[in-house]
Amino acid sequence: MPLTDDEVAHVAMLARLGLTEEERARLAVELGAIIDHVSALERVDTSAVAETAHIGGMVNVWREDVERPPIDRAAALANAPDQDGSCFRVGAIQEER
Amino acid sequence: MSAGPETVAECIGALRSGAVTSAELLDRTRARIAALDPRVNSFLGLTDALADEAAEEADRRLRSGAEDLPPLCGVPVAVKDVLCLEGAETTAGSRILAGFRPPYTATAVGRLLDAGAVMVGKTNCDEFAMGSSNENSAYGPVRNPWDLERVPGGSSGGSAAAVAARMVPLTMGTDTGGSIRQPAALCGVVGFKPTYGRVSRYGLIAFASSLDQVGPFALSVEDAALGYHVIAGHDPLDGTSSPTAVEDPLQGLREGVDGLRLGVPREYFGEGLDPGVRAATERALEVLGSLGATLEEVSLPSTDAALSTYYVIAPAEASSNLARYDGIRFGLREDHPSLLQTYLHTRDAGFGAEVKRRIMLGTYALSSGYYDAYYRKAQKVRTLIAEDFARVFERVDALVSPTSPVTAFPLGAHSDPLSMYLLDVLTVPVNLAGLPGVSVPCGLVDGLPTGLQVIAPRFMDARALRVAHAYEQATDWHTLRPGGVEARAS
Repeated sequence: MPLTDDEVAHVAMLARLGLTEEERARLAVELGAIIDHVSALERVDTSAVAETAHIGGMVNVWREDVERPPIDRAAALANAPDQDGSCFRVGAIQEER
Repeated sequence: MSAGPETVAECIGALRSGAVTSAELLDRTRARIAALDPRVNSFLGLTDALADEAAEEADRRLRSGAEDLPPLCGVPVAVKDVLCLEGAETTAGSRILAGFRPPYTATAVGRLLDAGAVMVGKTNCDEFAMGSSNENSAYGPVRNPWDLERVPGGSSGGSAAAVAARMVPLTMGTDTGGSIRQPAALCGVVGFKPTYGRVSRYGLIAFASSLDQVGPFALSVEDAALGYHVIAGHDPLDGTSSPTAVEDPLQGLREGVDGLRLGVPREYFGEGLDPGVRAATERALEVLGSLGATLEEVSLPSTDAALSTYYVIAPAEASSNLARYDGIRFGLREDHPSLLQTYLHTRDAGFGAEVKRRIMLGTYALSSGYYDAYYRKAQKVRTLIAEDFARVFERVDALVSPTSPVTAFPLGAHSDPLSMYLLDVLTVPVNLAGLPGVSVPCGLVDGLPTGLQVIAPRFMDARALRVAHAYEQATDWHTLRPGGVEARAS
């Protein structure tokens, strides 16, 4: 069953994905079909089953709390779309009133 | 038609005997790439300066007659473009990372370099490793060297095709739901996904962190074992990397399968399996039986639910991992007066259709009101899938099955995303259970290669390779050369 346009728009906003109207319409149908398929999981009895988040079985891996040389600042900034030599530069994060 | 050494083992032999220099191997690799890759499109970028330097260094070491040469000294290699190499453009096949030059090198890549390998370049792949055909690369699809109108499989299609076309003898790919084994099967080469936690994921651009694993493509199981052995082992920079000791996969490689019990999961021979693939697999099972293995039908009852489980968990993890592409610290930015609009426009412009689809699917599965029904439920079914394997491994030493239910299909054949997802049915359970799996060539169906999958218990990577090696050495499918690209190259 296709998702509604409202559902697609809601999920897209959660995912911070700007989508065109055309993309939303296509995704409503495609996601609907995929979700119908994976809904088969409902039929599996998992009443007495624990979740597996991770297969390794490892817990709380620690390292010694010692200083290590950090990544060079220039190298860290080298890929930034915009920077001022010491910081990433971004637009205002508060809307003007 | 062939001149000089082709496999990793042959290259190592020729380099050490002085029959060939690393510089000569590099020249030949470049000549093959120049002649064939305009049609195959398996490379996104070449690392020429780095390769020249490494070949020169390797030749100096080889000439010196030193006895402690690193294992891959002078051997040309390439890695999938989701693996970071300091200073070399690394895009993950995405527009959003166009021009990105990582400030550090992935552990798996660093270990190859430390082993003396000559890094030739970065291979093409589905965007962020999401796909089963390599048609989702923002830089054009890879084409199958056996038939240029067909896909090489995915997502590590470039790594598979480059080995199949004999451009390089060894490449690295990554496998989240089959992305090494399936393209290996479709391109007629060996592909090995190690146990989850065996190879460090540090510097691997994350798709689904609980499933991703790095592994080799090669022309033989021995070569794949050589490549795997170099990259395997604990890495303090990856908290999920296992501290258990790595078994040398070359040690027992030739011990054969005599006396081994091999399980044949009946659910892997169900509906949707191409009759030609089925017949080739059944012949492969007969070969293993003739080599002394005991074959036994087993059941993995949760197999049916594995695909759905995978297509909830992998997109959920992906949607979280890909939140970092926000146009602030690296990658594309579509500037806009408001920050929210900058995010929305950057991500719309930077991601391709399949990546958006999976981010949407994963966000949906994690969103309030659906989390329990999809994500938590899938995590529980994942437990059942892992338990299925654990149960059969009490009775059998390894499992054998087809790798992919179909051979290479024409470009554009699966425009419906769900129909493409269904092709991953035989590979995703292995990732969900964190097991090692290898695909080895086991026949031609209408002139196209097909693969046999060998699955072993966790950390029994060497056993998976040993079974695959025994089969390979009893057959000659791995020696066949792809006609499609050679015919047009001459």
